[in-house]
Amino acid sequence: MLEIKNLHAGIDGNEILKGINLTIKKGEIHAIMGPNGSGKSTLAKVLAGHPSYEVTKGEVLFEGKNLLELAPDERAREGIFMAFQYPIEVPGVSNAQFLRLAYNEKRKHLGEEELDPLEFKDLLKERAKVVEMDASFMSRSVNEGFSGGEKKRNEILQMAVLEPKLAVLDETDSGLDIDALRIVAGGVNQLHNPENAVILVTHYQRLLDYIVPQFVHVLANGRIAKEGGKELALELEEKGYDWLKTAADTGTLGVQAS
Amino acid sequence: MSTVEILSKQEYKYGFVTDIESDVIPRGLTEDTIRLIAAKKNEPDWMLEFRLKAYRHWLTMTEPTHWPNISYPKIDYQDVIYYSAPKQKAVKASLDEVDPELLKTFEKLGIPLTEQKQLAGVAVDAIFDSVSVATTYKEKLKKHGVIFCSFTEAIKDYPDLIKKYLGSVVPTNDNFFAALNSAVFSDGSFCFIPKGVRCPMELSTYFRINNSESGQFERTLIVAEEGAYVSYLEGCTAPKFDKNQLHAAVVELVALDDAQIKYSTVQNWYAGDENGVGGIYNFVTKRGKCAGKNSKISWTQVETGSAITWKYPSCILQGDNSIGEFYSVALTNHAQQADTGTKMIHLGKNTRSTIISKGIAAGKSNNSYRGLVKVMPKAENARNYTQCDSMLIGSNCGANTFPYIEVMNNSSNVEHEASTSKISEEQLFYLQQRGISQEDAVSLIINGFCKDVFLQLPMEFAVEATRLLGMKLEGSVG
Repeated sequence: MLEIKNLHAGIDGNEILKGINLTIKKGEIHAIMGPNGSGKSTLAKVLAGHPSYEVTKGEVLFEGKNLLELAPDERAREGIFMAFQYPIEVPGVSNAQFLRLAYNEKRKHLGEEELDPLEFKDLLKERAKVVEMDASFMSRSVNEGFSGGEKKRNEILQMAVLEPKLAVLDETDSGLDIDALRIVAGGVNQLHNPENAVILVTHYQRLLDYIVPQFVHVLANGRIAKEGGKELALELEEKGYDWLKTAADTGTLGVQAS
Repeated sequence: MSTVEILSKQEYKYGFVTDIESDVIPRGLTEDTIRLIAAKKNEPDWMLEFRLKAYRHWLTMTEPTHWPNISYPKIDYQDVIYYSAPKQKAVKASLDEVDPELLKTFEKLGIPLTEQKQLAGVAVDAIFDSVSVATTYKEKLKKHGVIFCSFTEAIKDYPDLIKKYLGSVVPTNDNFFAALNSAVFSDGSFCFIPKGVRCPMELSTYFRINNSESGQFERTLIVAEEGAYVSYLEGCTAPKFDKNQLHAAVVELVALDDAQIKYSTVQNWYAGDENGVGGIYNFVTKRGKCAGKNSKISWTQVETGSAITWKYPSCILQGDNSIGEFYSVALTNHAQQADTGTKMIHLGKNTRSTIISKGIAAGKSNNSYRGLVKVMPKAENARNYTQCDSMLIGSNCGANTFPYIEVMNNSSNVEHEASTSKISEEQLFYLQQRGISQEDAVSLIINGFCKDVFLQLPMEFAVEATRLLGMKLEGSVG
């Protein structure tokens, strides 16, 4: 589904990703872990097409298409979704209005009929159950005045409505209390199926107790420093990241030479 | 793409010209011009006196070019045509006798006038250059005692009402453009809602400038007697010309005890091209007087057109407990300049006013809010709340806020809030990441920004306004 080959990218002339290789297949859940500043969030934003980041080298194929040629909205309509670490507020635009517009853009892209507000309301009500959100959220302005937990639940609600092929969750667990974490993770688990894939970008192992990845990739200094199964996350929890950082800097791990 | 910049290539779909034979007077302005206009309209002497008085005063006045935050080449008032009317039969017994070319024009603008196609629930007075060409639902309204007709007819048929109220809110010597209008105005709409009547339908006037050389000078007068209610809509468009046309209108509203007037405008005059060539110069004086106690006047405007906008719909809150409201969205793109706002003059006790202004500037345009809140000594417990928000799209435009607050009563309470924001790249990226195109994302953000104002518009107008803003900003972000 997704093939990242030797990806180099940065912002304002500073290279952050220094040669990432990653392949993701349908039905898989991958965790991208790593210390602060290792490039985890940059990778998520580059995949989504954030305009501030510049790709200097490498290739990203999504279902065989060159992803890097597409505008962010085109990528989204192709089925890439990113849950934001800091969801943005859009004053004066109701959640329902925003979600319907996004949903209908996707339907148009698929050559399907758009839903009118009433039809969409029913769909929204159904999908909102995934993250236990009630109707009052739908008439409120997008993320305006939402608590941290509500914002993250709202991200997953959008994922539930848009049903992406590939969901990239950028630090979705940050700032969540244990109840909210359970709801958010539960939502992601309900939405995951053999036809789609999930990338979890996270600093902590905690999230992976709820959403269990098959693959864990550890980023350090813009490269994948170590890869493994879910047990790698536990190892990191125990040892921290420092040993990896040192190893990545001195090149002693030998993974991802580029 | 890492900067939000201006490309802008919007289409103005009302830019066509109607090919019709017109009765046009020679350009220039003298007392004779005024006598000629009055004669063309068979006006009584008192009306001519009103005009001449205004004209003589106008000669002593100077154009307000210093205080507004706008600049334009000097207007040669002797180079303007002050009267241009499509040639057709003087008396129209029914709408079917209106020139088909005119009916077609208005139909194309989305304003069908013929009996079969008339807009349900909205009575329309259609004004083409200098004259009213048709008014719909006149008879139906008359059954409710509501008078809705062209100004020309009103002078003839209701002289006492006109004599009583014309110039009672905006005197002939009020300001340069109002004086000019008072001297040469050629038509407009008159609405009168008698005591206790709630006008059964929306009243509206649609203004169309067609002639490239002529100005449009129209007057609107709305009187709501005790306990009456009316909602009035105004729309305007003009063809694309390389030259600028002058539009100087006067609108007067009078609300007696317990009366309510709701006045909504969607202004979409031709704005000129990307380089600022052509477009309407829109110098308008709009003022309402809450003459009676518990009366209420509410202005809602969506200003998207015109090369220059100079306009301050105001309320004189004379009656105790009266309420004035001003809700405004002003959008400027390309080389447009707008200096617009309101005046709330508190005279009576417990008078209240609300001002919500949303300015959006794109391209290399300049968008200013200018507002006065004045509380006079006898206005015990007067209250005002003002909120002025500006949004900038790109980095070549400007937004300004000029609030004037004069308070002469200690028991009053005046609040002013202002903000300036830019559409952020993060906001756009967020919406785009959900599959919404960049243009739709801008339009969504703008509509959210303007929501408090759009909520005040009648349903059909709100839809139109939303669409219009999207269209106006098309291509403005790239």
